Amino acid sequence: MFGDYSISDLGAILAMQGFAGLILFSVYVLMALGLAIIFGQMGVINMAHGEFMILGAYVTWMTSNAVQHTAPWLFPGYFFIAMILAFIASGALGMLVEWALIRHLYKRPLDTLLATWGLSLILQQAYRSIFGAREVGVELPEWMMGSWQATDSIQIPINGMFVMGLTILITIVVFYILFWSSWGKQVRAVVQNRVMAGAVGINTEKVDRYTFGLGCGIAGIAGSAFTMIGSTGPTAGQLYIVDTFLVVVFGGAASLFGTIASAFSISQTQSTLEFFLSGSMAKVITLLTIVAILMVRPQGLFALKVRK
Amino acid sequence: MSDETKPGLKSPLRRKLLMGMAALPAVSMLGRPAFADVPATSAVNTTGLAVTDSEVTVGILHSVTGTMAISETGSVEAEKLAIEQINAAGGVLGRKIKFIQEDGASDWPTFAEKAKKLLVNDKCAAVMGCWTSASRKAVLPVFEQYNGMLYYPTFYEGLEQSKNVIYTGQEATQQIIAGLDWVNKTKGAKSFYLLGSDYIWPRTSNKIARKHIENHLQGCKVVGEEYFPLGSTQFNSVINKIKLTKPDVIYAIIVGGSNVAFYKQLKAAGIDLSKQALLTISVTEDEIDGIGGENIAGAYACMKYFQSLDNPNNKAFVPAFKKMWGEKTVIGDVTQAAYLGPWLWKLTVEKAQSFDIDKIAAASPGVEFKGAPEGYVRIHENHHLWSKTRVGRAKADGQYELIYETADLVEPDPFPKGYQ
Repeated sequence: MFGDYSISDLGAILAMQGFAGLILFSVYVLMALGLAIIFGQMGVINMAHGEFMILGAYVTWMTSNAVQHTAPWLFPGYFFIAMILAFIASGALGMLVEWALIRHLYKRPLDTLLATWGLSLILQQAYRSIFGAREVGVELPEWMMGSWQATDSIQIPINGMFVMGLTILITIVVFYILFWSSWGKQVRAVVQNRVMAGAVGINTEKVDRYTFGLGCGIAGIAGSAFTMIGSTGPTAGQLYIVDTFLVVVFGGAASLFGTIASAFSISQTQSTLEFFLSGSMAKVITLLTIVAILMVRPQGLFALKVRK
Repeated sequence: MSDETKPGLKSPLRRKLLMGMAALPAVSMLGRPAFADVPATSAVNTTGLAVTDSEVTVGILHSVTGTMAISETGSVEAEKLAIEQINAAGGVLGRKIKFIQEDGASDWPTFAEKAKKLLVNDKCAAVMGCWTSASRKAVLPVFEQYNGMLYYPTFYEGLEQSKNVIYTGQEATQQIIAGLDWVNKTKGAKSFYLLGSDYIWPRTSNKIARKHIENHLQGCKVVGEEYFPLGSTQFNSVINKIKLTKPDVIYAIIVGGSNVAFYKQLKAAGIDLSKQALLTISVTEDEIDGIGGENIAGAYACMKYFQSLDNPNNKAFVPAFKKMWGEKTVIGDVTQAAYLGPWLWKLTVEKAQSFDIDKIAAASPGVEFKGAPEGYVRIHENHHLWSKTRVGRAKADGQYELIYETADLVEPDPFPKGYQ
């Protein structure tokens, strides 16, 4: 297949393909992080994760429109404001949902599956009623579009690099919050032993609410960032949900390291196979490999060691 | 027959009715043709459809909820506009059209169930509806069993023909062949990269495209053919492959949310559509709304209708549509095809002088609609439309600029020989 191409051509493609893999990796991490926090720390399977992402996307769209109408000079930088607003909106909705719905179901994990799935349908129809059934186009500032010309033949998508940078930043922040802050210690204490954590004076209800809010908020940021690479419509969240669960489950439900490792391996497999085979075949082989590995290792790549 | 003529009716109403009936001959003697034109219900409706002396009921069956609502909303809007305009112009055989709308909810069994309801319970004289091939395949047995009439608006893969369906969109060859010929002739394109979402329409269409490229275009070849699961959002790998193979034309049949992702990533990867030719048959003005005009500007689309068409019919149609549905709405190819449905049905009924399904099916071939926004169309013996094929170029404002149109109407050929 490569006989007809020059070495420099192949080198350039190899470099760009490497970046394509890394971009896919960042996208996977970004979409899975919020779910991993909620699933890993609270044991709640949040089927409405995609809809929280799309809320972030709609917030971005609204911010874009508002900025264009009221303060056009702000437009080049509006995306940062939009991401913060997306975090707040999705996080607030997440906390509301936790208060109204999820907290009553903590002892019935399978029911949370059903309840959040229902929630996702409700949210989809709500978006459709509020924003219309058609997709909306989010306008981006000029500097975020197009590609960066590294050499004559190597072009790297700017939005891809933006997603990468964002993913690194958010991952660092999440790790800081969960592993170094005192609130993170409380979260981990609740995960390990809810009763004891309560007994030493941790307000477990509050910890739950904020954890859920944090996970949904990160989903909101992810949704906001994905307006650069994907579509914004009432059901667009469904496009991400399968991959998201795949990454989280394959990584080992309770481990953030596992999520990152699994995002890395899935994205590299996927993008390499896509290059040598076709899109659909790449997906099939990736899924088969994951199924095979999970059969041998049902707990996923990394399993948190807890006393059962 | 209408309910009002049943025996046992309350007397005042009955008396009024009798008076009215008695007055009818008198009125026609006075020479008022508006009344004389209205043929008796018993004559135009022999099979018990929902037709009264003043009204006829049709059904609208699309998804207004679920994933397909994105696409089908435009069709519903166009059909309602057409019905309103027909009513304003005097209705069909003197009867106003009343519509019953059902929601297919993007779920194929629901489509079949609702189709049955529209035909069996509501006795609809015609149904405008469906969008995806899957939904059409689901309702087809219902329409054939209960002898209904479906006006189906979407361009589709062909390989189907039914007495009970009028296909107002293009079948695959009408949309593909003229476009490929054009890009080969005017752009000197020799190598093609075929892309598509992984389901029947893109696969069948690309099959036809490949046969045409390899067998009918001199010295042309396909350098790649690839499919992505519906809903795929990552295209960077295939874009790299395109960069490596450097095809003259990217031929893209990607649909839904994937569409948006594909064009955004294509632009981000530095592929400049003003230099790299891209021909698509799946992006109408409706889709550009979601993709963003700046991301797709320069791409070519092969359709039969663009909102920007410059003809008197379209110049009346576009403002009427916007007046009814808002200044910001856009009109894509399928929306226009959906608009044709009620009109073609009206013309056919008037030609047949009957609402009976069998008579309409028989009268359909040869029916012409001169007021179509796309220009003149005519129904073929195979229940598809003769229509022109056009190539447009996307602009940053989300509209297409007409680049090329076939000189003559293109014959619909749902079972193309040598392409299967």
